[in-house]
Amino acid sequence: MIDKKEIERIAKLARLKLKEEEIEGFSKDLSSIVDYIDILNEVDVKGVEPLSYVHDIKNVMREDIRASQPQEVIDKLIEVAPDKEDGFVKVKTILN
Amino acid sequence: MELKELTIKQIHQSLKNKEYSCEDLVKEYIKKIKKEDSKYFCYLSLTEELALEQAKKVDEKISKGEEIGILEGIPLAIKDNILIKDYKCTSGSKILENYVAPYDATVIRRLKQSGAIFLGKTNLDEFAMGSSTENSAFGITKNPKDIERVPGGSSGGSAAAVAANLCCASLGSDTGGSIRQPASFCGVYGFKPTYGSVSRYGLMAFSSSLDQIGPLANSAEDLKIIFETISGIDFLDSSSVNLEEKDEKLNIKGLKIGIPKEYFVEGIDPEVEIVVRTAIKKYEDMGAEIIKVSLPFTKYALPIYYILSTSEASTNLARFDGIRYGVRKEGENLLDTYMNSKGEGFGKEVRRRIMLGTYSLSSGYYDAYYKKALKVRTRIVEDFVKAFDKVDCLMTPVSPFTAFKIGDKVSDVLSMYLSDVYTTSINLAGLPAVSVPCGEIKGLPVGLQIIGKAFEDKKILNIANLY
Repeated sequence: MIDKKEIERIAKLARLKLKEEEIEGFSKDLSSIVDYIDILNEVDVKGVEPLSYVHDIKNVMREDIRASQPQEVIDKLIEVAPDKEDGFVKVKTILN
Repeated sequence: MELKELTIKQIHQSLKNKEYSCEDLVKEYIKKIKKEDSKYFCYLSLTEELALEQAKKVDEKISKGEEIGILEGIPLAIKDNILIKDYKCTSGSKILENYVAPYDATVIRRLKQSGAIFLGKTNLDEFAMGSSTENSAFGITKNPKDIERVPGGSSGGSAAAVAANLCCASLGSDTGGSIRQPASFCGVYGFKPTYGSVSRYGLMAFSSSLDQIGPLANSAEDLKIIFETISGIDFLDSSSVNLEEKDEKLNIKGLKIGIPKEYFVEGIDPEVEIVVRTAIKKYEDMGAEIIKVSLPFTKYALPIYYILSTSEASTNLARFDGIRYGVRKEGENLLDTYMNSKGEGFGKEVRRRIMLGTYSLSSGYYDAYYKKALKVRTRIVEDFVKAFDKVDCLMTPVSPFTAFKIGDKVSDVLSMYLSDVYTTSINLAGLPAVSVPCGEIKGLPVGLQIIGKAFEDKKILNIANLY
């Protein structure tokens, strides 16, 4: 059972503000999903390696030179930010 | 000009024969979309200006007597989580309601080079999370076969646009079935390529170890034409690889088709089973050999999928924090701004999945959920490797049921998730799979799923083409 307190803990980790009236619903939904995925406990995985990528992958290397985007793309990337100034994305104060 | 079910080759021939100009063709599609799409809501936005500009270039080439490529002048629809430069890309989310793409996705760049035309951006479940397109922040897409029913999801708009003849073909993305299941529900062809064969640069990431872009169309041949254009290595997506598969002529005599018994168990609509088995029989009649196989870990695929995809999503979607993109909801401090922006910007299903993913990655649960799922994923892959020792491809249903009614599964999260029971294991194993319309039950389409070995994409498309 994922109770209300646990939901609040996860929401904070996820940086998500939940509405008070939603918390109970999320507790119910997540509990039922977790009950369902608990069937994985039936599987013995002793000695089995975890698999993150399906194909054999290796590091993709390139020359150590700056591959810069055209100015037009840079301008557009800045443009989509909600708050900006002089070609920079503006962030709220992080140190008081 | 009447726009009915058209294949790429048909349009290509008509353009070459000057039966109509490309501009007329595009204007006709736009007119039809403006007139009819209010019934279905396939499109979130149109890229009309770009389409007309592209069409003029094609017409100029034709009038000069130059040869045109097979995709030149072909009107396509693009799922709205794939970037087309200078046009809005919302991913079906309020958080990106006014986001304008700063660059082209690699698939778009390749399609532009081939002369294909983009009519507009199609509706989807928010950030591709869903099986019915009911999770879009902008409205529900309706199934053209029955407008009281869902088109499937998450590429519901892309499937419905092909089914309603509001484009010739489209692009979708498939993380756990999001191309194949809507193709099946709407009665069109849909293809999820081998993991890594198509670059995801410019596709909004949902679950990076599973996501693939693929086409939806009116024939298997069309799927292949689009696939050949968009696939191949791209240095902007380091998981992409070069395909070395030759397009060999298929010999159906003696082709070994595996039927996994775990896909025909309790939970499947008996009528769907009959239609799918009849379709498989057709291949047997053509000379293929049918072989019973077993994939014993099948029942664990869906729980693994919901752990891994949500875990990856919880990190991928952390970037929508109100700083770099889209909507910002101010708070008293930086943490509040993050929490408000994401809390108000994301819809309920997206928040639910971020919560589940954060939970499985959180301290104390990581080993029990995330790591355990990665280990059982190894078992799923081994199942397929063993099966493919004996057979050339596998055939299964795409979905245990036909399109359901709008609203039927919204309140029951688990029953909605079960829509993907036959499709997620293919993503977990990174295999190619195609959905082939193979019959109808009371007017509702049924899809046959053909699964291939990794990097045998063309082979299964050729098998699909025989149906």
